Amino acid sequence: MNESAPLAVELRGITKRFPGVVANSDIALRIRRGEVHAIVGENGAGKSTLMKTLYGMHRPDEGEILLDGRPVTFRSPADAIAAGVGMVHQHFMLADNFTVLENVVLGSEPTKGIRLDRAEARRRIQDISQRYSLGLDPDTLVEELGVGDRQRVEIAKVLYRGATTLILDEPTAVLVPQEVDELFGNLAELKREGLTVIFISHKLDEVRKVADAITVIRRGTTVGEADPRTTTAKQLAEMMVGAELPTPQTRTSTVTDTPVLELRGVTVASAGGRPAVDDVSLTVREGEVVGIAGVEGNGQAELVDAIMGLRPLAAGSIVLGTEDIAEWSTRRRREQGIGFIPEDRHRQGMLLEAPLWENRILGHQTRPPSVKGAFIDRKGARTDTERIMREYDVRAPSPDTLAVALSGGNQQKLIVGREMSAHPRLLIAAHPTRGVDVGAQSVIWELLKDARAEGMGIVLISADLDELIGLSDTLQVMLRGAVVATLDPAALTPEELGGHMTGARDTGAPNTSVGAA
Amino acid sequence: MSVLRRLGNAALAPVLAVAVALVISAVVMLAIDVNPVDALRVMFDFGEGPTQQITALVVILNRAVPLFLAGLAVAVAFRAGLFNIGVEGQYRMATVLAAGVGAAVTLPGPLHVLLTVVVAMAVAAIWAGIVGLLKVTRGVSEVISSIMLNFIALGTASYLLTGPLRGSAEGASIITTEKIPESGWMPSLNGVFDLFGLANPPRQLYGFLLVAVVVGVGVSVLLKRSRFGFDLRASGMSPSAASASGVDARGMVVKTMLISGAVAGLIGMPDLLGRDHSYGTEFTSGLGFLGIAVALLGRNSPIGIALAALLFAFLDRASVPLQIAEIPSSVVTIIQGTIVLAVVIANEVARRLTRRQAERGSVVAPPATGDGSTGGGQGPDGGLPPDDGPGSATGPGIRTATGDAGRTDQPQGAGA
Repeated sequence: MNESAPLAVELRGITKRFPGVVANSDIALRIRRGEVHAIVGENGAGKSTLMKTLYGMHRPDEGEILLDGRPVTFRSPADAIAAGVGMVHQHFMLADNFTVLENVVLGSEPTKGIRLDRAEARRRIQDISQRYSLGLDPDTLVEELGVGDRQRVEIAKVLYRGATTLILDEPTAVLVPQEVDELFGNLAELKREGLTVIFISHKLDEVRKVADAITVIRRGTTVGEADPRTTTAKQLAEMMVGAELPTPQTRTSTVTDTPVLELRGVTVASAGGRPAVDDVSLTVREGEVVGIAGVEGNGQAELVDAIMGLRPLAAGSIVLGTEDIAEWSTRRRREQGIGFIPEDRHRQGMLLEAPLWENRILGHQTRPPSVKGAFIDRKGARTDTERIMREYDVRAPSPDTLAVALSGGNQQKLIVGREMSAHPRLLIAAHPTRGVDVGAQSVIWELLKDARAEGMGIVLISADLDELIGLSDTLQVMLRGAVVATLDPAALTPEELGGHMTGARDTGAPNTSVGAA
Repeated sequence: MSVLRRLGNAALAPVLAVAVALVISAVVMLAIDVNPVDALRVMFDFGEGPTQQITALVVILNRAVPLFLAGLAVAVAFRAGLFNIGVEGQYRMATVLAAGVGAAVTLPGPLHVLLTVVVAMAVAAIWAGIVGLLKVTRGVSEVISSIMLNFIALGTASYLLTGPLRGSAEGASIITTEKIPESGWMPSLNGVFDLFGLANPPRQLYGFLLVAVVVGVGVSVLLKRSRFGFDLRASGMSPSAASASGVDARGMVVKTMLISGAVAGLIGMPDLLGRDHSYGTEFTSGLGFLGIAVALLGRNSPIGIALAALLFAFLDRASVPLQIAEIPSSVVTIIQGTIVLAVVIANEVARRLTRRQAERGSVVAPPATGDGSTGGGQGPDGGLPPDDGPGSATGPGIRTATGDAGRTDQPQGAGA
């Protein structure tokens, strides 16, 4: 790499203040052309604010942005795109009922007269797809694509607009290991073609694998640059949080003999004919964490819905303690001691446009301290929200803050705090640390471990294999709706687990063992 | 004061919208050779002498009461993310049947009134409940079914009026139901004027005003303070999050429609019990559609709706003086129409601003949540096409409504 060439992106002394907080202060960032540059830091450390600044979504109060050595000012993302900076968002912004071609050109359509020039669009998309080995078929409907392909569509969208610098916001959060490898292959292609990639992540192993340089952000400012070849994940983490990296490992078994939840032959129908959940039987005992592994879309979400009473059973029974709850409403299940950390907190866990204290009530509408008889106890809910904010380290100005104002990690801590505060017998934790930073992740892990030690039964669904292996007492692998393997996490590597998840290993092979000892 | 700031934030969008609407209306008036200043002066001219002025106030209040109830009926559904366009049909069905029942029985005073009111609420609730049932059992959009049921309701009401419930003589130009006996009339509040030593106007101030206040407080408490109201608002903000929290989504749809309908049933009662004492071809129409506009302007909060109802009532009263001053009374329609459009836009802009402010991490007052006008729900199945819905639905409704409404303000002498 030619060190004398101007930097592709340079940020000097960027400071961004919001009323009451300084989100970024004196940020310095130096990114060379043709490198994959990772930016790591906790959520709330200011990564997103910084990237929004670079993408023109708001303007910095101080400091300057230089592209190829020239200072620039962005008034809007349109300016940033025109200058060759593109962003691939963590949450895909695609229209499912459009084809790949339509999604890619949406907003900057090549036209012939007033008609969309499909031939030209197709030519350019195929060109991009070939050059960067994205493997996209312009005519496939996006709804038919998997997560990895959708992400490539998002990347193609940015490239189509002529970006030479790509910002990828937590791109691996939604991918399984195999897809992550594919993404890294794509990034290598981008790099080979001379593009610059800014890669935001908090998965340190991945960052070390893919990045050429790493900048660490802590509490709104850059704490330093690290060389991925010489820095260990542990050192990186310490730079990030200023403390030792937490591990998901649970130490001693707390599993008892008393079952909290028993699923017997649970089957959930789906529109497509093949059941979404196919004859699943499993037992969760007090003090036990049962991990459900599987590539996303293999029935885990439907199984969670079935346990929560959000989806009807086609067959089978669900027993909580000693009672069959298959006919119970969701509310009754919650009242009788099931806590729920949903997979998509924005969709199922929060009222984004409501204040935190109302979110404290959500899911606990029938129980103190949030209600008195048929009425909402505003004071009680506010006080208890303050307690949760204190005890669970939810960083927000007050209980009256709107939930949408919180970072993902803080939203998740509020949800975890809220569910734990009701002292459930059984906790359904679906992707409890998805999209949260290392700090919040370790807090949530600790909380789950404590709850387990106190005798709570936990069903843990996760795409993070380390988390699954580290926290679970028993692992159940789901594939196409059925449980295909029951594994002992004590003697399992993520690679082996990944093999089971994709069906590469035969079910009932010798290494399949029952781990609930 | 955070309370003041919150109120200011909530009121900002509607106040701006009204101001913008007035400017646009002024431009339109200039285009049709009407001097906007003259028009404004006529609208604010409440007549000479205390009797006339108080009469004008009574006219406005009497008009505001049904508008307030209509706005409330719409807002309850809005808050749950449901768009009850069927308020019009619900109150017309309710009023004709209540008029029929009220005329058929003779009971001691309060009981007679109570029976009539309960019948009206029940009929409208059932009519709205059909919409809810269709939605949860067959997945029919409540927007479509409630519009369709409006036509059925209006047709059925006409049939009942001309057929089984006809009370007026054969060949009369105005067809009405049998008059409700005097025991079923709602006493007026005119005593209040004597109490304060004011001129007692010939026009009767509806006693139903008190009922409306009680209903307003009741709905406010239900929505903001009760557990049920929390579930209802949660369903409006995010149906998926509400379900996951244990709200029975289907039950909530039906219950919300029943409540919205029950309130809608009250809309015709002030006029029926306080002035007309029968339902007829001349009975006030279009209130259901105006209610949508009032709810939008009032941002679905009972206090806001009360203010919006007063504003609309004020504009309505002005149409007669305007005609006398040889200014087209459609000026009022234009103002009302532009207000609705401006409010829809202003609410959406305000919502985005508050949300952006919130996302930037600053502390802001919560906006009027579950604002039906803005499709506040964040869930993918949250429901309504937010923008064109209210606009297109209320546009024509308002035009016909004010036409009719203007007429009802002409002295009919019923209570004089």
